[in-house]
Formats: sequence, structure tokens, C-alpha cells
Amino acid sequence: MAMILELPHVGESVVEGTIGKWLKQPGDKLTRYEPLVEVITDKVTMEVPSPVDGSLLKILAQEGETVPMGAPIAELETADGSNGSAPTPESVPTTVAPAEPTPAPASTQQSATTGTTGYLVKNINPVGPTGGGVGTEQENRGADQDEPSAPPLQPAPSTSDAPGGSSRPSPAVRRLAKEHGVDLAQVRGTGMGGRITRDDLIRYVEGKQSTPATSTQALPATVEAGPDEQHVPLTPIRRMIADAMVRSVTQIPHAWSTVEVDVTGLVALRTQVRAAFQQSEGVDLTYLPFAIKAVAEALKKYPTLNASWGGDKIILKRRINVGIAVAAPHGLVVPVIHDADRLSITGLATALRDLTQRARQNKLTIEDVQGGTFTLNNTGALGSIVSYPIINHPQAAIVTTEAIQKRAVVRDDAIAIRSMMNICMAFDHRINDGAESGAFLQAVKSRLESIGPDTPIY
Amino acid sequence: MAVKNVIEAVREALREEMQRDSKVFILGEDVGRRGGVFLATHELIDEFGESRVIDTPLAEASIMGIALGAAFRGMRPIPEVQFSDFIWPAMNQLIGETARACYGTNGALPVPMTIRVPYGGGIRGGLFHSQNVETIFFHTPGLKVVAPATPYDAKGLLKSAIRDNSPVVFLEHKKTYRLVRGELPEEEYTLPIGQADIKRAGENITVVSYGLMLHYCLEAAEAVAGEGIDVEVVDLRTLKPLDKETVLNSVKKTGKLLIVHEDNVTGGVGAEIAALAADEAFEYLDAPVTRLCGPDVPTMPFAQTLEDEYMPNTDKIAQALRKQAAY
Repeated sequence: MAMILELPHVGESVVEGTIGKWLKQPGDKLTRYEPLVEVITDKVTMEVPSPVDGSLLKILAQEGETVPMGAPIAELETADGSNGSAPTPESVPTTVAPAEPTPAPASTQQSATTGTTGYLVKNINPVGPTGGGVGTEQENRGADQDEPSAPPLQPAPSTSDAPGGSSRPSPAVRRLAKEHGVDLAQVRGTGMGGRITRDDLIRYVEGKQSTPATSTQALPATVEAGPDEQHVPLTPIRRMIADAMVRSVTQIPHAWSTVEVDVTGLVALRTQVRAAFQQSEGVDLTYLPFAIKAVAEALKKYPTLNASWGGDKIILKRRINVGIAVAAPHGLVVPVIHDADRLSITGLATALRDLTQRARQNKLTIEDVQGGTFTLNNTGALGSIVSYPIINHPQAAIVTTEAIQKRAVVRDDAIAIRSMMNICMAFDHRINDGAESGAFLQAVKSRLESIGPDTPIY
Repeated sequence: MAVKNVIEAVREALREEMQRDSKVFILGEDVGRRGGVFLATHELIDEFGESRVIDTPLAEASIMGIALGAAFRGMRPIPEVQFSDFIWPAMNQLIGETARACYGTNGALPVPMTIRVPYGGGIRGGLFHSQNVETIFFHTPGLKVVAPATPYDAKGLLKSAIRDNSPVVFLEHKKTYRLVRGELPEEEYTLPIGQADIKRAGENITVVSYGLMLHYCLEAAEAVAGEGIDVEVVDLRTLKPLDKETVLNSVKKTGKLLIVHEDNVTGGVGAEIAALAADEAFEYLDAPVTRLCGPDVPTMPFAQTLEDEYMPNTDKIAQALRKQAAY
């Protein structure tokens, strides 16, 4: 019996998903709970498993297409159906994928949930490019480099004629686009066959407001590659990262600030206890947990940095959930250490290792990337000494920890050699002025500088 | 307020206007002793006498011609056409004379006449008791065309029609007569001709309809509401003069327009409303304007299955709404 597979609902605030990659092709046999399609939302990437034993008849939503939750994405044939599972010959594309497609890294850990979420499989392929500056978190870089990394998520070329976006925009859409100066190529359509509806355009205008022209997608997509160019199509993840960045820089008036931090004491402490810490806790002790702790404590003291712009108000966040920018195989991801202010150095180190490892193995859950109230990016891992980070929208600020360098500095009117680290911050100038943000940075700085070789770690 | 049906509302309006104005009189086939085949004029002859409730021969051209002459002499006649299907013999009197008299005499001969026309299908009436005739009159300048859907609207608009100095074709859908019930105020009221009524407010799609179909539209709107489709249902009430403003405002709000009527699709009221939207709301349209109407067949089939196929119904309207919503 034929049935329609709908894009399952995956929780509040997620209203649509982009088809990442079909793991099965029309004609392929399906086993219940077997991964069928990767769906990318602006929170996380998940695999939707087959709800039935049977076969895939027809793909209704093509790779790269964004469809609302509940929209039909495929036609399935259940095994008990009268037609069996034999596909009609013409429904099988000539480029049939391997019978066992690229296994997703987390396919052994999937679990079907029940209830309204239908066939949602959790714990899979996070991307959540929710913003933050470019960069990486490299504390465990040496060891992790050798770990098998997840296969890159490259959407396969579409096997059939994708309908998206080709139809003529309606008069209402054309008028509104003209009124608001919107390039329709930038708007995602949710109507029939990917058509841009009037509501799509209104949502787009409300989301982008004043400066649509600065979008990263403003470049004409139709330009053909010149003789000295190679045009690389955007992966859905690249596009989402781009959207997140544009959203942040177009909506948030960024201001930047940098402080120098003398971390000589911290370096001495870490050097002294690193081996013992590894022994007792089983985790390599890096500088990052200290930075997170200092940031969390400073946020406690200056709550307007742990906030969001609410249009006619400022929204202070009670919980301090620090997102950490991590370079995952597919691109930037920002897993969140929830309630970072309640964790010890050991707790932070453990949480950090857990999140970064799972990020690199594409095993983050949607909870892992949700709820961040502040973001920290360890750009120093790449050797950077100054950054101009982009705020992780809609947060109030982002800080980077830059590379620790020994520098000649003046101490007590003498030149001393100290381990110095810059901390750079971008803050939403609607929410905070230089006074608050400067005081916040000083609070972070003084906490880090107060650490010495004898500071107890628990 | 008392709950009444459409036929009772019509009868109340007739009685009240005849009591109010001695110039008002009724003429038609079986309207007197028989009280009308639908009992719209039931017992009026007892109250107002044979001179004001006149049984006529089966001759529609005469009924209309007599009424027209009486109107010229200052009376306010209410000719009844027993079934709309039988109005064709009167077409010359109606279109050739009645509609043009006032204009042709530069206002010297207004025609304060209300032509009551029971119409419509879905009643197992077959070829000669089911027709929709509104398009002909809708097309004709000089006539007003009213097509209410509820008892309240029927009474208020009929009273206004009788008081109007222009000829009004007053269309009463036969299936609504006893099917549709509603509250009628005890106190006197009239409703202005030429004003549509938003029977259900919504944001996503505008449905324009009238008569029996309005009720199916309301049911369909309710049926798809659970699917997140918020439908605005506009009851035209008066087809001519058309309340363009209400229709256009609604279309501009929703961007989508579905027109539902029982009359044949080609050249019908829906075509005019679609043209109106294209002319004056083009830049607000977010989907093709669609019509769900009776098909272009010569008349209502008698076979029950075929009549069901002919008539728009709640399911068909709901499907059309879903299609519009998804576009």
C-alpha cells in the first residue's frame, strides 16, 4: 500500500527543514527505522528513518529544497501492500545510489521517538550553525586529528527535476519585492513546487528588515564561471551558516573591544597540574575551562551581557549557557554548555571534551545546540592574536580567547617576560555601552589574572 | 428573537410592507388562494383581499407587463415568478422594458417593482425546477439583483427592495426556504441593498459566494480551519450593484480568491468578480483566482447522481480551498 511520508515535527520553534541528502533512492528497499533522508533544520541535522518496511516509491522533496514541517516528502510502499515493493522501471533513476548508501556516523545510535514527533531520530549529525565567529576549538587537536572523522555531508546532485523556485512569482510577491527592494533569488519559497508565497516574502522582509542588499546571497546566482573561476555550489550547511552570519551583522550593531590578559599564573598552574589532572580526571586540562569559568562568573556580575535585544525591551537570561564554537566536519557548530556557572573546572573540562568530541563525530543532539545565551570562540587555537568576532544572533555578545604568547611587558617599571593573551569581544551596542562591556571584560581579565600556581582546582 | 426560516422571513417582509404601504400588491400564479407553491404568500389574501393578492393566469409575460404598467401608475407591485425556470416568457417585459424605462424616460418613469424569483437546484427538481437565472439579470443595467442566504438578510433586503424605486430581481434559493433558519428581530429593520456581508472573517483565502452556496462555503471554511487554513467568507447578498469595496478589501487582505456559485461557470457572476480582482487587486493576488461553479450543461440533470455531480458542495469547496492554501 502506498503511503505519504511527511516531514516530522521536531519540536518548538522549528517550522521547516531542508532536505540534505536522500539516503535511499526510488526503488530501494526500506527496513523500518532505517535512515531514509537527512533533514537539516536551523538547529540540527537529523535523519528521518523509514516508518515502515517496504520501499521508496518517489521522492517528493528534492535535496536542497526547504519544506515546512508536515509537508509530504516521499511516497513509500509498505511491504504488505499489493504491489509488493517492486518499483516501476521509470521511477528508478539511471544513477541509482549504492544499495547501502553512505552510512551516517550515528546510524547505530538512532532511536525512534514516539508521539507527535513521529519518526524523528535524535542524536544525529548536528550542524546548528547558529552563528559565532569563524574559528576552531583545538584543545584536543593533536589527538583528535587521527580519529576517523565523519564523511562530509555533500548533497548528491538531484536525481530528478527539482521544481523549486522556477515558477513565476505572483503579482503580490512582485509588488512587495519591489516595495522592499528584495531580490527574490534570496527568498525561500514554501508554496507549491517551491513557489515563493506572499507570506514567504513578508516573513523574509520582517526577518531582514533594513539592509537586504548586504546579504551574502546577493551575488547573482546565474553568473557562469569565468575562465579563471570554479563555482562551488553551496551545501545546505554553508548556506545556513551564511544566513546566520548575515542575520547577525545586518540586525545587530556590533561594537568591538579587546583586553590584554596576563595569564602567566594560569600557564604555570596548568603546567604544574596537567599530568595529575589527566591521571585523576581522565581529561586533558586546557585553558578553555578557565576562560569559560571566568566568563560565566563575569556574566553573573553583569547580566546585561547575558541577554537579547527584544525590540522594545532587553531580555535578560537567568541561565548562563555558554556556547563554544567548534569546527565540525561539515562546518561551524556551536554546542552549548548549559548552566556553565554551576560547573567546576573539572565539570567544564569534562563537558567540553564531551561536546567537542560529539561535535566532531556528528553525534550532537538538538538539545546540545539549543539555548545558548553567550558564545566563546577559542580563536587562539589557530594562532590568531586579534579577532573581530560576529555575535551569535540573538545573543548580546561574543568573546574570543586569542593565542597565548610570551611577550615583553612592563612590570614595576621593569621589563618582564609574561604569558599574555588577548580577549576580544563583540557586543550588541543596542543592549550595552562601552561602560558595561568594558567592566565585563575587566571582570573576566581579573579572574583569569588571579589564578596562580597554587590556585586549587576542583 | 424568534428563530424563523427563510420562507417565514419572506412572508413577514411582504406582510409588513403591505401593511405599511397600500400601494404594495402581489400578483402571480397561485399566490392567492393557494398561498404560493412555497407558501410565501400564505394567508396574505385573507388579510389584504383579492385586489392586493392577485392570482394570475399562467402567463409570465402578462404578469410582468401588468406589474410594469401598475408601477408606471405609482403602484409598488411584487410579481412572483413561481419558479425561475418559467421567467423566460417575461424576458422582453423585464429586460426590454422594465430595466430601460427609467433611463429611457430620463427619470420620468421609475419602476418601483420587486420581482420575486424562487431559484436554484439541489432539490431534486430536475430540468424545469432547478435553474439559476441570475447571470442574465446581473448582466442587465437598470435592474438590481438581490440574492440573500439567511432569513435575516432575506427579510431586511426584501423590505428594502419593495421600498426601492428601481426594479429589483429578488432571488430566493428554494433549498434555503426551510433548510436555513435564523433569528429575526421583533422590531422592524431593513438592510441596505448593495452591501456585502463578511459572514466569516479570515486571513488566508477569500471566498465570495451567495445564496445556498454561502452555507456550503461556511461549512467548508469550518472544515479546513482545523488544517490551519483561515478562510474569509464574503456573502454578496446583493449581486447588482456589486459591493466591490468589500470584495476588494478582502482580496487585498488575503491575496487569494475563490468564487463559488451554483450557476454555470461561463460568463457568470464569478467571472465578473474574477475580472474585478484582476483589474483592481492585481498586485495583491498571490494565487490564481479560481471559480467553483456549476458546469456548463444546458440544465440541471434529473438523475440524483448527476445532480450531485452538478452541484458544488462542502467537500468540493474544501478541496478547492486546500488547493488555494497550498499554492
